[in-house]
Amino acid sequence: MAQKRQIRIGDQYLYARDAEKALREALRVAEAEEREHAAHQEPWIRRYVFSTDHKWIGIQYGVTALSFLLFGFCLMILMRLQLGWPGQAFSVMKVLGENRAPGGVLLPEAYNQLGAMHGTIMVFLAIVPLAVGAFGNYLVPLQIGAPDMAFPKLNMASYWCYLPGGLIMLSSFALKDGTAASGWTSYPPLSDIATRGQTFWLVGMIFLITSSLLGSVNFIVTIVQLRAKGMNFMRLPFFVWAQFVTSFLLLLAFPPLEAAAVLQLMDRVAHTSFFLPSGLVVSGTPLTVAGGGNPLLWQHLFWFLAHPEVYVLILPAMGIVAEVIANNTRKPLWGYRSMVSATIFLGFMSFVVWAHHMFLTGMGTIISSFFQTTTMIISIPSVIILSALFLSLWGGSIRFTTPMMFALAFLPMFGIGGLTGLPLGLAATDIHLHDTYYVIGHFHYVVAPGTIFAMFAGIYYWFPKITGRKLNDFWGRVHFWGSFVCINGIFFPMFIQGLAGISRRLYDGGMQYAHAREVASQTNPFMSMSAIGLLIFQIPFIVNFFWNAFQAMRGKVTVGSNPWEATTLDWAATSSPPLRHGNFEVMPIVRRGPYEYNSPEATNADYLPQNAVVEQPAPVLAPPTAPVVA
Amino acid sequence: MSDLAFEHGEEHPPHPFLQHHFEDLGQQHEASTLGMWAFLCTEILFFGGVLLAYWVYRIMYPAAWALGAEQQNTLAGGTNTLVLIVSSLTMALAVRSAQLNNRRGTVLMLILTLIFGTMFLGIKSYEYHAHWMEGLFPGAHWHWQPKDPAISALTPKVQLFMVFYWGLTGLHALHMVIGVGLLLYILARAWRGDFHAEYYAPVEVMGLYWHFVDIVWIFLFPFLYLIPHVGAHHVG
Repeated sequence: MAQKRQIRIGDQYLYARDAEKALREALRVAEAEEREHAAHQEPWIRRYVFSTDHKWIGIQYGVTALSFLLFGFCLMILMRLQLGWPGQAFSVMKVLGENRAPGGVLLPEAYNQLGAMHGTIMVFLAIVPLAVGAFGNYLVPLQIGAPDMAFPKLNMASYWCYLPGGLIMLSSFALKDGTAASGWTSYPPLSDIATRGQTFWLVGMIFLITSSLLGSVNFIVTIVQLRAKGMNFMRLPFFVWAQFVTSFLLLLAFPPLEAAAVLQLMDRVAHTSFFLPSGLVVSGTPLTVAGGGNPLLWQHLFWFLAHPEVYVLILPAMGIVAEVIANNTRKPLWGYRSMVSATIFLGFMSFVVWAHHMFLTGMGTIISSFFQTTTMIISIPSVIILSALFLSLWGGSIRFTTPMMFALAFLPMFGIGGLTGLPLGLAATDIHLHDTYYVIGHFHYVVAPGTIFAMFAGIYYWFPKITGRKLNDFWGRVHFWGSFVCINGIFFPMFIQGLAGISRRLYDGGMQYAHAREVASQTNPFMSMSAIGLLIFQIPFIVNFFWNAFQAMRGKVTVGSNPWEATTLDWAATSSPPLRHGNFEVMPIVRRGPYEYNSPEATNADYLPQNAVVEQPAPVLAPPTAPVVA
Repeated sequence: MSDLAFEHGEEHPPHPFLQHHFEDLGQQHEASTLGMWAFLCTEILFFGGVLLAYWVYRIMYPAAWALGAEQQNTLAGGTNTLVLIVSSLTMALAVRSAQLNNRRGTVLMLILTLIFGTMFLGIKSYEYHAHWMEGLFPGAHWHWQPKDPAISALTPKVQLFMVFYWGLTGLHALHMVIGVGLLLYILARAWRGDFHAEYYAPVEVMGLYWHFVDIVWIFLFPFLYLIPHVGAHHVG
């Protein structure tokens, strides 16, 4: 085979016909270096605090969101202590203060506060910012071959709306009468007449919603406008597709909740009665308000956001899992096109299923039938995506790396979460299961061993890209197996509890009810011990994460730019960590789809990066059964 | 290679308003307009949420809604509608002038838009003042009662209508105030001569926003002022 002249630029070998392009790029490199040099002169505050670099903003989002994740988890541990051993004193409970836990015994109203704040923090302050703000920000421009997000200042503003929103939410812990306590759904009229914490919740939410809206505008424009040359929509990594659809969901679902939050805020601050009906009696006293409002309106506005929000939680997770699975099975994703179509369909359908959360509000059977039908329909695209991911494993030479372990665990866990959702989506069975622990079990299987495991897969997978170091594999496995066992120990018994009719918001876990006492006493202590186990098994991860992050900061880089031998641009076309300005030394040109693993075109490796140049004649001419051996 | 260097040397220096992460001004322009459209989508859904609430209560309390709308000054609202429509025309002409390299035209049209926008806010303040004096501001200051004592039971619902009136027109006025602020900034840049046929994205994006705020008013005017005139036979 005739050897053509090669020119090496950066990490790339280019051939004579691309020489002109390459030289142009060389000039770009010089410019990029110049910018890099200029960047070093940047003041500290522009670089680390008010940065406009999507990678740094991604890291800011990631660290903040992981902190909130741990915080929300700790609230859950306190709740589980109370549920496992109701009414007992725990010295750790004293951190809540004398007015919430006198003598270390949690008060019922404090339990409600913990529940509301656990849900809010996990959904709005931890998972969404981690999935979209951190992973999306860091990876989308890298994967599509863009020098930055389309609107860098907007990106910065998005983070700086998120952080104050979170801090406002947290600051309500300092209030004398405590935080919001009306559940993460904040249903009126309860939330309208709740203590001041609810006002903090609403103001915090308005900040968080603004942050998400700014972010989603930015993602949509970036993905539409800033793709590298040759990166057409069907060559986008599935992760980018997932982020793209997610952005549309955030863009269209959040504003109605913002409107609803403003209305509820008016009810609380300006004493209007949007959500307060006439003739309300609180603690035996008639409430003196204008009345005439409609509490159901809040539920409609809330769930119009919150159902798409569920897909906001799960889609980026599916995107991460798809990347990790393709990379570790060393073969293309099975059914990439059907996965993309399913994701788009899922996005559309997620806007017409919201009232399946409201079967018990007396909407009437016709509307219930409509929403139960759409709910059954929306399960189809989820099944398509999950099946495609399962089938991708078939015949692959799987590398059982730590990220792959988490990604593999995601599949059955999300499967359990999804299948247990079907009885909730059917109005007849939902009457029995509504507001029981079954709902909690279903939702947490989707989000905890589902989404959060996918987030861990993503952290282990992209940590080398961000820092230049791999996380320790042994401790990664300890983290994985420990978490996997414990998390099932927490959530699986919830299905049993729910079927036994134990309601979800009980302060003592059901011990005061004859029908629930037996099941509750058999399951709750075990679940609480599992929760403590889960906390213990996060310690190896936290140490692993920070130790390696600090080593990387000291310049101790141990891996090359592409340690997983991946095909997508984030690995194949940038260094680890990528250039601070402009991301790429050489602006990549995309020549093929995202998952060309074990491609017959690849000669000296089992993968073909999206931007690599192949010199042989088109391989379609060669007989597919007999690859040519040079 | 020398050819290439020559070619590179011949390239125009990058446009002063081109941000480095965009390939060219065309891409930057497309990105800005797409971003504004996406933002307007969120705005539509935001107003949509409040209007949904408006409709729920309008269906629940049609008589109170008609009575509330009767308290509005339709002449002032109609004038304002006209003012806004004309301002949209001048805004569109400002974009057109920028596309045609006509700096004087751009500046003139922006000033006209600014005048109409301010005029709208002036008329709106006059209405607000009148409502305040009539006691039509919900809350502690409320002292309005219907002239016919037989329907005084409707008063709390009329108050709810007025909450929507103040809330929706207030949100709209806030958008107008922001719009006037942005217009001043765009006007200063147009005055300086920043815009020309190749670079007019900020004027166009400004225009998109302005038209949106205009369209919101086109919905608010019939919803809040004209109910008794269009749906009187439903009231009862």
